[in-house]
Amino acid sequence: MPPASSAPQPHQRPKIIPALSRVMPFLRPVIGRFIAGIATALVAAVVALLIPVALRWLVDGPLTSGDQALIWIGGIAILLLGLTEAVFVFLRRLFVTLPSTAVEATMRQTLYAKLQRLPIAFHDRWQSGQLLSRAVGDLGMMRRFFAFGAVIFITNLLTLVIGLGILLAWSPLLGALFIVTSIPIVVIAFRFEQSYHQVARRAQDQQGDLATAVEQSVHGIRVLKAFGRGRTALEGFERQAEALRSTELTKARSEAMLWMWLTIIPFVSYAVCLVVGIWLVAEGQLTVGELVGFLSTAVVLNWPIESLGFLFAFAIDAANASVRLFEVLDAEEDIVDPEEPRTIAAPRGRLVFDDVHFRYQDAASGERDLVDGATLAIEPGETMALVGVTGSGKTTLTALPGRLYDVTDGRVTLDGVDVRDLSLEELRTHVAMAFEDATLFSASVRDNVLMGARERTDEVVAEALQVAQASFVHDLPEGLDTTIGEEGLSLSGGQRQRLALARAVAAKPAVLVLDDPLSALDVETEALVEDALRHVLASTTALIVAHRPSTVQLADRVALMRDGRIDDVGTHSELLARNDHYVHVIASLEEAQRDRQDLEQVATGAFQQVDASVDAARREEDR
Amino acid sequence: MTIQGVQGEERDDYTKEESRALRTRSQRLLLELVRPHRAKLVGIAALVVVATGMTVAGPAILAFGIDVALPALQRSDATPLWVAGGGYIVAAIVSGIAFYAFTVGTARVSQAVLLTLRRRLFDHTQRLSLEFHEQYTSGRIIARQTSDLESIRDLLDQGLNELVRGVLFMTFTAIAMIALDPTSGLVILAALVPAILLTRWFQSRSTVLFRETRTTSAQMIVKFVETMTGIRAVKAFRTEPENERDFGGKVEAYRDANFRTIQIFGIYEPGIMAIGALTIAAVVTVGAFRVVNGDLAVGSLLAVALYARTFFQPIQGIGMFFNGYQSAAAALEKISGVLEERPTVPEPRAPRALPEARGAIDFDEVEFSYATGKVVLPGFDLSIPAGQTIALVGTTGAGKSTLAKLVSRFYDPSAGSVRLDGVDLRELPDDDLRRAVVMVTQEAYLFSGTVADNIALGKPDATDDEIEAAARAVGAHEFIEALPDGYGTDVNKRGGRVSAGQRQLLSFARAFLADPRVLILDEATASLDIPSERLVQEGLTTLLADRTAIIIAHRLSTVAIADRVLVMEHGRIIEDGSPTELIELGGKFASLHRAWRDSLV
Ligand SMILES: Nc1ncnc2c1ncn2[C@@H]1O[C@H](COP(=O)(O)OP(=O)(O)O)[C@@H](O)[C@H]1O
Ligand SMILES: Nc1ncnc2c1ncn2[C@@H]1O[C@H](COP(=O)(O)OP(=O)(O)O)[C@@H](O)[C@H]1O
Ligand SMILES: [Mg+2]
Ligand SMILES: [Mg+2]
Repeated sequence: MPPASSAPQPHQRPKIIPALSRVMPFLRPVIGRFIAGIATALVAAVVALLIPVALRWLVDGPLTSGDQALIWIGGIAILLLGLTEAVFVFLRRLFVTLPSTAVEATMRQTLYAKLQRLPIAFHDRWQSGQLLSRAVGDLGMMRRFFAFGAVIFITNLLTLVIGLGILLAWSPLLGALFIVTSIPIVVIAFRFEQSYHQVARRAQDQQGDLATAVEQSVHGIRVLKAFGRGRTALEGFERQAEALRSTELTKARSEAMLWMWLTIIPFVSYAVCLVVGIWLVAEGQLTVGELVGFLSTAVVLNWPIESLGFLFAFAIDAANASVRLFEVLDAEEDIVDPEEPRTIAAPRGRLVFDDVHFRYQDAASGERDLVDGATLAIEPGETMALVGVTGSGKTTLTALPGRLYDVTDGRVTLDGVDVRDLSLEELRTHVAMAFEDATLFSASVRDNVLMGARERTDEVVAEALQVAQASFVHDLPEGLDTTIGEEGLSLSGGQRQRLALARAVAAKPAVLVLDDPLSALDVETEALVEDALRHVLASTTALIVAHRPSTVQLADRVALMRDGRIDDVGTHSELLARNDHYVHVIASLEEAQRDRQDLEQVATGAFQQVDASVDAARREEDR
Repeated sequence: MTIQGVQGEERDDYTKEESRALRTRSQRLLLELVRPHRAKLVGIAALVVVATGMTVAGPAILAFGIDVALPALQRSDATPLWVAGGGYIVAAIVSGIAFYAFTVGTARVSQAVLLTLRRRLFDHTQRLSLEFHEQYTSGRIIARQTSDLESIRDLLDQGLNELVRGVLFMTFTAIAMIALDPTSGLVILAALVPAILLTRWFQSRSTVLFRETRTTSAQMIVKFVETMTGIRAVKAFRTEPENERDFGGKVEAYRDANFRTIQIFGIYEPGIMAIGALTIAAVVTVGAFRVVNGDLAVGSLLAVALYARTFFQPIQGIGMFFNGYQSAAAALEKISGVLEERPTVPEPRAPRALPEARGAIDFDEVEFSYATGKVVLPGFDLSIPAGQTIALVGTTGAGKSTLAKLVSRFYDPSAGSVRLDGVDLRELPDDDLRRAVVMVTQEAYLFSGTVADNIALGKPDATDDEIEAAARAVGAHEFIEALPDGYGTDVNKRGGRVSAGQRQLLSFARAFLADPRVLILDEATASLDIPSERLVQEGLTTLLADRTAIIIAHRLSTVAIADRVLVMEHGRIIEDGSPTELIELGGKFASLHRAWRDSLV
């Protein structure tokens, strides 16, 4: 199970190398430049190591002999070496920066594309803050690691090996001493890895949670304001931020411990080498120049050793980031194109639910399927209303033809073809939807309406807007070109709903699936939309979720959903006459059950008293 | 054009003055954040002094070893040798411990600063008015809270470290060198001049580039959040390829901006190294001649050469600091912009408390227009006595929701005043207002957490029994019990696990629990089926008996429980009276009523 909350979870401790090597496919195209980067870095490091060699030559040579010309040569050699080092550092960046940012960008786009392909069920499970923290924070971290951390890590290791080699060559005894006294570093690093891994991962997860909390506090701002709960939200956020802070501090302590040892141990090694070295010189087994060279080389190695600490932590962070990335990239795409897609050349739009079963992934095992054997056939051109109490599974059922979810058993067919045998692209061209909560995107009105349309002309827009009675768009500051959605103009609920409806209509699909499409409209507008919609529906197969009798009126037949099945299918009046549950769901008052014939009375139940008093008043006036 | 608040945030053509003003603003914020930790910072600096001092002592001890201990040993006096070795080990331990304390201390300060900043930003965005949120987008706020804060963190964690260490290291090294050999010291100081010039160049170039990374990364985040929020529609309308192109462009823009910041650092760093190379060569050559002339000891030459070499190492660190600082400053510019925004619906400066509201609402010559400028509500008066239930009807876009938002003070009127029990809403403390007035809208947002948590939003200290009672009152109890864990079920992200109607019931339960004097329902029953609506209505009848209520509903059945109906059109109230009166009047309401009756069969 992926992290849905910050509850501490036992993450399997990934091995750093395997975790990082999973990124290889992304690195492969630019691997040449990386290798060049490492090579240049290595040259720079070797050159840096040569400077002390030059120094030693200077001390033992010209300084002893007093040859002034040679001093100039030594000075120039040191200068050239230094400049070479600078040039190679420049080259390293030149080689590595471009590919590393390119790799980051590719990974980011791959992640985004993958997220778009993953089924809705995945998105139900994952909080968007967790996704965002992967797409931004983790990928940035990996870029920095590959551009900087990994290159330095490798060069520093190699520098260390070469440097130790030089030390051993100069003085086997001192070199061996230096190495032996440095061994505790390995033990300490190993211990560090064990403790750091868990905290680092927890910190990354908590950052994702924090992003989620921020997102919710903004998306839910109206509710928070309406109830004046800004402070409660703040307290919750603070708790999470505090948890992150304490994780970060644990992390810092663990890092600090490592650094402390990495500072102490090399120093102790120097001290030992110094003492022994001087003794050796005094014994005549070593020249002063050799000792100077040895010590200045050992000091140059100080940085590679010290840097191992943070590079190690860096590598662990990057490995965690890679694991987090692949948690998403490895997620199964279970709603995909079939291997050999069939096509429907001339869709007529016969939509059939054939003993369809569906349950959400998190349903308890004992529970019955939410959709529990629903069977329903909608003939080409027919409009079917879907009626049922709240929570009966209407919305769920409407998600199945467009394969937002896949049936868990049974099948949905379009013109006799199982929807799973069509390519998603084709299927979703044939099936267009308007959702309960109208989602608009930050784009112009025109682009929002034309989102699913094959023909992207102004006529299509005009027609769709007319059907949805969305003429208000012409009063917007820039008409059809006005940007709406989050980055644009705010619209009222009814306005949004009409644009979402227009979008579904503009797609001119074979099958229209509308989930309670008129709920936010007033009675008059609703009547107008219905009139206009009737023309569209005359030639289109439609499944319309309805709560009100007026919407049901649009339909040729009504399907009643109950206990996960299609309980009854018939015309509105047939069902009113024969199905108690239908009357319960669609009619306004209990009296309806008593007097089913008097539909007028059924419908106006709530107003009976009002009407009665109006009548009484009229009678009085008449008198 | 202005740079006040978040205006002009995404521009990249600031004038010199604007750029400076932005910098000043972000520096002010940084100082403000760091100031409370002054004492700690001084302590940390002291630790760095110790640790760096010990590190710097290293080469000096080496020089001592070669110049003093070696001849002494040759004279069979081992004491100086043991002093050198022991000194080295003591220096090692002291500096190790100091580094530990220093690292932990820095993390403490940096995390404390981040916590404060996160908190402030969160609190401030919660206070900002809807008007702000409608324009700024959630993605940008998330960007400010995540990637921008991340770069500030980098600065605090590493940059500060680098700066303090670097400056101290260089100072110590310079002092040690001058003490050891003044001539070499002068060479080093001369090398500082080109180093400083190079740093200045780097600073001015990178300011612009780092701003760009902040803007482009925010745009990328905005697109990302929007896609994930609307993933159903994305899939249903097959906009994946187009999104990929769009997002790809944004990723590319960010990559490009980022690339250029790294590139410029890639010129700066080797530049500094080249200056370092020149310096070392100069020091060594000059030193070598002096050794030959007998003016300098060999050990001192070694020490001076090592110092010259290490002298430029921290300058790279300082370069890193500048790099981090530039990035953080760009982030702070954006964050300080958000913090500079003032709520257009501010808390009163001299609040008039209203602990026990009765619930009378008065509109006094109220006029209202949104930021777009079009007048939505032309001047009107309206008086709603305490306890009255009002039904507000009219076509979509008539301004009903706008009127409701004025009562719940999501916006303030452009002219005139809205009063609760005679107190102007602008003078009412927020707590009193929110206790008295609650609005339930069609968009029933659920937060991640349990069902019970979500209901308890209406009253954070509610007991389980109260929560259940509220759920029962609106008929939500049955379906909640049927959920996998009942009231303890996690509703998960954006309420994906409950149906739209159930979501509305939960938000009703919230309102019931909040138990306000004035309840506003803005199409809050739109997604309910008729039986649920009936239950809610029964609940409402009891609840609303002695309360003020404004009910906006298209289904006129809700109107049945109203004492009074207001019909709105184009922002004006065109009919006002009891339902009976209005039907009799034969006006707009009567025809709506007729249309509605017809719609029922
Ligand atoms: N994404 C989801 N994950 C798990 N359960 C869900 C999800 N969406 C809806 N449900 C549950 O499935 C049931 C049916 O929901 P829905 O189809 O939306 O009902 P309707 O549209 O008929 O009101 C509800 O009980 C709801 O709690
Ligand atoms: N946040 C907003 N910014 C700008 N204009 C808005 C905003 N909200 C609503 N409007 C406009 O104000 C008018 C009235 O809207 P509203 O009060 O939502 O109507 P109703 O609730 O009666 O349907 C509409 O023309 C709408 O486009
Ligand atoms: Mg539904
Ligand atoms: Mg409205």
